[in-house]
Amino acid sequence: MGIFLPLVWFRHDDLKEMLDSNKDSLKLEAMKRIVAMIARGKNASDLFPAVVKNVACKNIEVKKLVYVYLVRYAEEQQDLALLSISTFQRGLKDPNQLIRASALRVLSSIRVPIIVPIMMLAIKEAASDMSPYVRKTAAHAIPKLYSLDSDQKDQLIEVIEKLLADKTTLVAGSVVMAFEEVCPERIDLIHKNYRKLCNLLIDVEEWGQVVIINMLTRYARTQFLSPNQNESLLEENTEKAFYGSEEEDAKDAKAEAAVLAKCKPYVMDPDHRLLLRNTKPLLQSRNAAVVMAVAQLYFHLAPKAEVGVIAKALVRLLRSHSEVQYVVLQNVATMSIKRRGMFEPYLKSFYIRSTDPTQIKILKLEVLTNLANETNISTILREFQTYIRSMDKDFVAATIQAIGRCATNIGKVRDTCLNGLVQLLSNRDELVVAESVVVIKKLLQMQPAQHSEIIKHMAKLTDNIQVGWGVAGPRERGWQQCHMSEGISQVPMARASILWLIGEYCEHVPKIAPDVLRKMAKSFTNEEDIVKLQVINLAAKLYLTNSKQSKLLTQYVLNLAKYDQNYDIRDRARFIRQLIVPTEKSGALNKYAKKLFLAQKPAPILESSFKDRDHFQLGSLSHLLNAKAVGYQELPDWPDEAPDPSVRNVEVPEWTKCTSREKRKEKVEKPFYSDSEGESGPTESADSEPESGSEENGSSSSSGSSSSGTEEEEEEEEEDSGEQSEDKEEEEEVEKRPKRKDKEGSHKAVLGSAGSPSEEEEEEERAKKAKKKAPQGRKGRVETSSEASTSESSSSGSDSGSEAEAKQRKPPSSKASPKEISLLDLDDFTPSPVQPIPSSSIISTSLVTDLEGLTLTDSSLTPTLLSPAFSAVKTYELLHRMAGEGLAVEYCFSRRPFPGDPHMVAVQIQISNNTDTEVKNLRVNEPKPLSGMRIQEFPEIEHLAPGDTATVVMGIDFCDSTQAANFQLCTHTRQFYVSIQPPVGELMAPVFMSENEFKKEQGKLMGMSEITEKLTLPEKCQSDHTIVQQLTSAANVGRVPCGASNEYRFAAKTVTSGSLVLITLERREGSTAQLTINSEKMVIGTMLVKDIIQALAQ
Amino acid sequence: MCFQQKMIHSLFLINCSGDIFLEKHWKSVVSQSVCDYFFEAQEKAIDVENVPPVISTPHHYLISIYRDKIFFVSVIQTEVPPLFVIEFLHRVADTFQDYFGECSETAIKDNVVIVYELLEEMLDNGFPLATESNILKELIKPPTILRSVVNSITGSSNVGDTLPTGQLSNIPWRRAGVKYTNNEAYFDVIEEIDAIIDKSGSTVFAEIQGVIDSCIKLSGMPDLSLSFMNPRLLDDVSFHPCIRFKRWESERVLSFIPPDGNFRLISYRVSSQNLVAIPVYVKHMISFKENTSSGRFDVTIGPKQNMGKTVEGVVMTVHMPKAVLNMNLTATQGSYTFDPVTKVLTWDVGKITPQKLPNLKGMVNLQSGAPKPEENPSLNIQFKIQQLAISGLKVNRLDMYGEKYKPFKGVKYITKAGKFQVRT
Repeated sequence: MGIFLPLVWFRHDDLKEMLDSNKDSLKLEAMKRIVAMIARGKNASDLFPAVVKNVACKNIEVKKLVYVYLVRYAEEQQDLALLSISTFQRGLKDPNQLIRASALRVLSSIRVPIIVPIMMLAIKEAASDMSPYVRKTAAHAIPKLYSLDSDQKDQLIEVIEKLLADKTTLVAGSVVMAFEEVCPERIDLIHKNYRKLCNLLIDVEEWGQVVIINMLTRYARTQFLSPNQNESLLEENTEKAFYGSEEEDAKDAKAEAAVLAKCKPYVMDPDHRLLLRNTKPLLQSRNAAVVMAVAQLYFHLAPKAEVGVIAKALVRLLRSHSEVQYVVLQNVATMSIKRRGMFEPYLKSFYIRSTDPTQIKILKLEVLTNLANETNISTILREFQTYIRSMDKDFVAATIQAIGRCATNIGKVRDTCLNGLVQLLSNRDELVVAESVVVIKKLLQMQPAQHSEIIKHMAKLTDNIQVGWGVAGPRERGWQQCHMSEGISQVPMARASILWLIGEYCEHVPKIAPDVLRKMAKSFTNEEDIVKLQVINLAAKLYLTNSKQSKLLTQYVLNLAKYDQNYDIRDRARFIRQLIVPTEKSGALNKYAKKLFLAQKPAPILESSFKDRDHFQLGSLSHLLNAKAVGYQELPDWPDEAPDPSVRNVEVPEWTKCTSREKRKEKVEKPFYSDSEGESGPTESADSEPESGSEENGSSSSSGSSSSGTEEEEEEEEEDSGEQSEDKEEEEEVEKRPKRKDKEGSHKAVLGSAGSPSEEEEEEERAKKAKKKAPQGRKGRVETSSEASTSESSSSGSDSGSEAEAKQRKPPSSKASPKEISLLDLDDFTPSPVQPIPSSSIISTSLVTDLEGLTLTDSSLTPTLLSPAFSAVKTYELLHRMAGEGLAVEYCFSRRPFPGDPHMVAVQIQISNNTDTEVKNLRVNEPKPLSGMRIQEFPEIEHLAPGDTATVVMGIDFCDSTQAANFQLCTHTRQFYVSIQPPVGELMAPVFMSENEFKKEQGKLMGMSEITEKLTLPEKCQSDHTIVQQLTSAANVGRVPCGASNEYRFAAKTVTSGSLVLITLERREGSTAQLTINSEKMVIGTMLVKDIIQALAQ
Repeated sequence: MCFQQKMIHSLFLINCSGDIFLEKHWKSVVSQSVCDYFFEAQEKAIDVENVPPVISTPHHYLISIYRDKIFFVSVIQTEVPPLFVIEFLHRVADTFQDYFGECSETAIKDNVVIVYELLEEMLDNGFPLATESNILKELIKPPTILRSVVNSITGSSNVGDTLPTGQLSNIPWRRAGVKYTNNEAYFDVIEEIDAIIDKSGSTVFAEIQGVIDSCIKLSGMPDLSLSFMNPRLLDDVSFHPCIRFKRWESERVLSFIPPDGNFRLISYRVSSQNLVAIPVYVKHMISFKENTSSGRFDVTIGPKQNMGKTVEGVVMTVHMPKAVLNMNLTATQGSYTFDPVTKVLTWDVGKITPQKLPNLKGMVNLQSGAPKPEENPSLNIQFKIQQLAISGLKVNRLDMYGEKYKPFKGVKYITKAGKFQVRT
């Protein structure tokens, strides 16, 4: 290719001809040459018209090269570039997803402002494309459009919000990147997706992982409390608890607890824990950027005790390319100041090899110095001794400074270091000597009295360190002196340092000092400026302490300085003369001259240049440069008060509402179990079936159980210390907002019996005890107990007909076992320290639940009256007894999340064998779903005895359409073709939101997405509860609280795509009413309107 | 309306003599003059390896890497994790290496169109898009002699006409439809000893770092699991994304669907509790005399604890002090060279036979008048031991699921010197 190049510029006509030909090979050849030109940075813009014609070329390589060209020059030739747009627009409609994606990619890369609306449209469309790959490309296109026209921000945020909800790993990384570029401040968009992002993280491609981890670090800093906040308080507590435990009685302990109450023991938000847990495996990534991202996340977010895990991974990165080492060492240097212990085991990994580049050596030295402490200092110093003999003089100088720092920080070795440095003063290399002098000066300042010998020794050195020359020639200092301009060697600095030392401690060297001044006076004119200044300084100090011997010398020096070329020196001379030499004119200052010059000066602090760098997010460019880079997002401080954790709740119906209910009751301050006023008892149970954890959560729960062991241990420690303060806290906590606690039960129970906590508390403690490991299940269980005591409702949903009026209802079958246990607890009013220990199955159940629900509180105190409504279940026939030759199959929609896949609708199938033979191997066969539809078959039923009935659950992803799912039902002998067609109301799952949220969402779904219909409510359908009942039977929606009495609101999300469906029913005068449905799925909206009206009319 | 963007804006490739021989912009064009800041820093750094990887200029930030005598200089406009860029640039260099066999200026210039196509696919708007070599090879075929001949005749292209379905799958590292007549899977367990030996011959620091490089040529979608006899040896492991982390955590088995071709499966560090056996020892006597401006040099290398295996491929490199003018040495084995410009002494020893230890000795000529060098130079040793993993790591078995054929399996062990330095 290279051979063409010199000729190319004169042969553009040639190229044009080739491009115009109809031979692909010629075109390709031409394009290759053009691309080669672009690569060399040569201008090829005059070929634009000829090239752009080929945008629709059939040959794929020509096409690609044309794209390359187009993207490069479109900005310069906007009008001509427009010619190509239609090709891409056509490409956007292509049935092949890869073509759609590449069309969008090129279209969005053409930086022509005029096509902004086209791009916007294309992005919006692509964001809801079936193919995740196209959606990923849409995410990539967002920042491109944003940089072209920032006015589109609001619209783009909408697209981002939509894509954030995407559940594929392919999209996650790209959309977070878009989020970071367009609207990093809109942290609220992350809430709902937080857990999903945490769970997807490990499967996202590596570049996306970096972006997500960095974003989540910032997020966590705004949403969680600092895990290290209580450290000091905790220690205090331990002590008090220890003293108080034996002698003092419970009452005293309580009083004490009240004092300590303000320091609540810290309990980590489970979401915080989730993040830490899910990022940890990524420390083993092969990608250094990912490892670094996790390391900084741990450094900024993890409790101190857990940060250690990152050290090993970071040390591993030191084997990588030198650029990687450079960045990692910078970060290690910062970390090692804050958390020295972390890297101590790896001390030797920072030992320096003669082959390391100087910049790496100096950084390693920095780390070694930071790691030095009393125990390892001797090994480090021995290591430093080897370094001092290195040929790399910059490195030697840095080593000497490092020794100085070790000496200041570790008192034990100060003398050793000082002696070592003094020995270096006889080194042949003057750079080494000079650097040593500077460091010794700093060290001596700390304790001058003991070291007059050294000062004498140094005074003699002035003769040896002569004015600037040297074998190697003065070289710039690499390290801290790097700001000095080139050519200034350390030598004058050293002379200046010595002079300053002599002046400062002239009383220690009374004989030598005047002599030094004499010598310096002789060479004064040849000295460097900084030396001259110090000579004047020395003269002044000697004049004040020993004027007899030095008066004339001082006069002489000041006279020389008066005529110096440098005005600084002239000024200084004048100033000093006025100050020290008494004349008739001299002012009041004269008296204080001595105090001014010979005041006690604080010793300089030798500290790392990496100190306090950690206010920049580690791993960032800003941290590396130690200056704020453009576009750097400040890492926020931890909040004092944790923001509402419920914002991260995703629609997991069963257990979210109980908290708010509980809260409401606390407000009226009634014990739970007496709360049976008219309204039916809540039949909510926090547990769902153990397998109801969706796949995502399933994975986290499994790892959770393993890691919970260690967590608990820690928790327990805290527990012990904070014991006394516990119940007081408890009260507070309950009043404010329920908070999750891990495993506090045991202590709590003991305390409960000793003190006099309210019944309510006892209740809660017991409930807590019952679950122990279940951090959040507590809420649910409390609810359960209250429900059990009212004993109005039973555990099965069969009698729900009467319950239907209740604002809260429960799914058809919930487990009875946990209830029984709570019931037992409840009846047992005398608090006993020994609590029944729940069976393991319950623990696991609630664990799953917790992981799924995770958070419970709702910021508003208004009760959100929601539950997946459930009235008499409608059953549909799948296979008639006759058609099925004795096999009858019915199905119903259980309205519960399908275990294993949240996008599937759970269909409960009841199979009864009416034949008189056994039916074997009953299974689903050859599902033939329509495009996109997925069927999760039920496990094969091996045999079904005559007269028996079996109930199984299968999951179907209907893709939010009412298309029937067709499949075969097979027995060992026969096959039956069956199909399930869902009513539109079953394609959704209830969503829980506050009134405000509802209004906000509704505001976004106006216009096309809104359907309004007027209707007349029949006579019997006037009361509140019938309306609610009818509506909830027609559709699987959750009720949203509403201020107005004549309005009913319901919300749901479609199961597959998660689009919101908002229903408002407003009663007007008489029996008329207006039904409004807001949903971006218009088809669903229209069908739903029809169904609801029908239901209400009945 | 100047909205600056994150990630990589432009890339310049610069050779050692300071020519910018390739530039690529992912957003609007940044002038070549931005590289002047880089040249400035380069000049200041004196030698190439001390050029700071991150340079701040008034309007941009430059993040660069140095690979195979080429500087990859990327232009950044806003905050971005520097490692992100550095890691990506290395990935680019790796890809070139993979495609052209070497990552040199000539190779890049000869294949400029492919380079451009690769860069186009690897970054979109400055954000990494496809960096897996398996996907890239599907999109853009690597050049072979045969193909370039065919292409020039038929005018067909290097761009794959199939669409990269791998990008869509959930195992993006493997391309679909792989077919081989001979199905083979080879694993090379390569361990490197990093060590610092002090003057007296005692070990200051020693550590074993290992990698398992694989060459997998298996048809279809094989699911492999590789287990070790002694997995506990592996202290700190980093994985290729194909490895199932959970499986490793619970069973210490490497379970994965491999990428096609060559790749690094894991890299690991052997836990530091295990004492590292150092396979060679070095006796040295290096001294410089003050007045005669000469010195003596005498080095002997011998084997130690080599578990019955021969130490071979021994090479010693020494950076002599600046004052050294020339060296007159005699080697009992192998050959030596001394470069008076860079002051590097290289002694290619070859195989060590315990019967006759290789020795290199002779005189060193120093610059007259100059003070004698303060420090003795460190000796950097390289060696190789075949059929031995010094840590004792052993592969137990390799199982394949998902495919019916019987693959040919092979494991090779090799121990090498990593950063092995003897202080004198």
